[in-house]
Amino acid sequence: MSDDARTAGPARPPHPGGPAADGPAPVAGTAAAPPLRRIATQAAFETRTLLRNGEQLLVSLILPVLVLIGMATAPFLGIDTGGTSRIDFATPGVLALAVVSSAFTSQSIATAFDRRHGVLRLLATTPLGRGGLLAGKALAVLAVLAVQAVVLSVVAGVLGWTPDPAGLLPGAVALLLGTACFTALAMLLAGTVRPEGVLAVANLVWILLVLGGGLVVPPDRLGPLGPVAALLPSGALGEALRSALLDGALPPGPMLVLAAWTVVAGLAAGRWFRWH
Amino acid sequence: MPTAPDAAPAAAAAVEVHGLVKRYGGRAVVDHLDLTARAGAVTAVLGPNGAGKTTTIECCEGLRTPDDGTVRVLGLDPVADARTLRPRVGVMLQDGGLPNGARAGEVLRHVAAMYAAPRDVGELTERLGIDSFARTSVRRLSGGQRQRLALACAVVGRGQVVFLDEPSAGMDPQSRRAVWELIRELRADGVAVVLTTHLMDEAADLADHVHVVDHGQVIAAGTVSELLADGSPGTTTATCVRVEARPGLDVARLTAALEADTPPGHTPPGHPAPGHPPAEQARTPARETSGTPSEGRRWTVAEPEPGTYLAEGPVDPGSLATVATWLADAGSLARSVTTGGRTLEDVFLDLTGRHLR
Repeated sequence: MSDDARTAGPARPPHPGGPAADGPAPVAGTAAAPPLRRIATQAAFETRTLLRNGEQLLVSLILPVLVLIGMATAPFLGIDTGGTSRIDFATPGVLALAVVSSAFTSQSIATAFDRRHGVLRLLATTPLGRGGLLAGKALAVLAVLAVQAVVLSVVAGVLGWTPDPAGLLPGAVALLLGTACFTALAMLLAGTVRPEGVLAVANLVWILLVLGGGLVVPPDRLGPLGPVAALLPSGALGEALRSALLDGALPPGPMLVLAAWTVVAGLAAGRWFRWH
Repeated sequence: MPTAPDAAPAAAAAVEVHGLVKRYGGRAVVDHLDLTARAGAVTAVLGPNGAGKTTTIECCEGLRTPDDGTVRVLGLDPVADARTLRPRVGVMLQDGGLPNGARAGEVLRHVAAMYAAPRDVGELTERLGIDSFARTSVRRLSGGQRQRLALACAVVGRGQVVFLDEPSAGMDPQSRRAVWELIRELRADGVAVVLTTHLMDEAADLADHVHVVDHGQVIAAGTVSELLADGSPGTTTATCVRVEARPGLDVARLTAALEADTPPGHTPPGHPAPGHPPAEQARTPARETSGTPSEGRRWTVAEPEPGTYLAEGPVDPGSLATVATWLADAGSLARSVTTGGRTLEDVFLDLTGRHLR
């Protein structure tokens, strides 16, 4: 901008020289906040919003806790645990379920309605930008996941959970990969389907995956559904977590399945996500 | 820069749109549109719903990629140079873009945190009356409250260019005054304000330049007084008598009476020159008009809507008596008789047509 461009404006000439921090007038020439601060701000904002929303809290935290308690204590569930205690058998699957709840169901619904209401577009015009928005969302999912992991571990511990210590790190790796995978799937759904549809699909998928997706019930106990469930990201994540926390090792097959779903869903979301 | 002949005007414009084309599903919503907005000025994009206003603004905001033409904001491409432009451009979307689950004050502080040196959030919330609902969640805000919050988000970053898509839609009069006051202040501080509106008084009171947009094109542009074709400074000169009465009165008779009462040689200020028919008559064939200005005729009387009569010409005190006589002869009691210049609304309706679409 040349200076003569400004002579039209009365009062003092605003100039993009540097930020004028004080003074009541909105003097032009501002800069963005540092990128990491923008992303951290967005992550904190999203996390607060998610944890404050009753429905999101129900699906992310309360339902997984109920499933955990039910599987560990309900006498009517005749689960063949193959010799391990019921709580040791149930906890890895419920952690996988928690990932699906927060990274997929909760996140796809929240993002779909944000898209409908123009929130994504508005934030994309601020210095946060689209990349910062996605990074903030990813961090928020991780923050919610951390809360879930702590709550579920404490409840499981009270119920007598004793994970293989050698499996904690591999388990964390599986959790992170599963989170990446289901977040990508959530973005694919939220960015292509209208919010009402996302609401229905995300909740339905949650129930179907709990019942027959190999999350809490291992694929090999699902009869004819088993081979299909093993190739689903849910079955792969459940198996990976069970292997890690029961046997202390990451199984290559399920991890490969999970990685493949992550790449495909990520590319598809990048290709088809609509901001409008 | 001085070597290029077009450089000087290009540098003077904060927003420059040339030949913008945007199609949705093959249909051009914006069709070779040109628009310029200067720093320290309010530029209004005025048009009926579906005219292409929002799409044009969204291309300027980098939210949509033009199919053809060029868009420059502060000399930069809104899509390619988005990272550079974002801190310098404030945006208020038509649909708000406010996250429903958060509280109003929280949203404003959140947007402010994206900038290195934002405006004082407290001062802004007070200015726009946001403090009274700062702790209410966005979901529970009224339309006008949302608009004020969205406006605050658009200006909190001290942008050099601010795009406001229908800023005062759904606002009560007090809120509108506060919003207009804020917009005038932005202008005084050298900000280029671009707003879309279909509120005539908003454009007339606020805008330095108006672009009337219809069917994706600018069909008229200029200052408000230029659009009113007034020519004289200010719009206080009466050039028009507006009568509201029973529909179907004889306009030809009124024309003849007014012509008869007007001394010869009297030239109406800013009235279209004889032999130069105003553009609106070609655009609105349905309009019932009598007394098209031609040799020797100085009055145009029309009934643009049933029961509303516009007599344009050299209005003087005697004109009112003539109108009153005409009404008395027709046995019609007018609901209102007013004199004044043409309003922006008249110009707008003449340009874009009076029928619903």
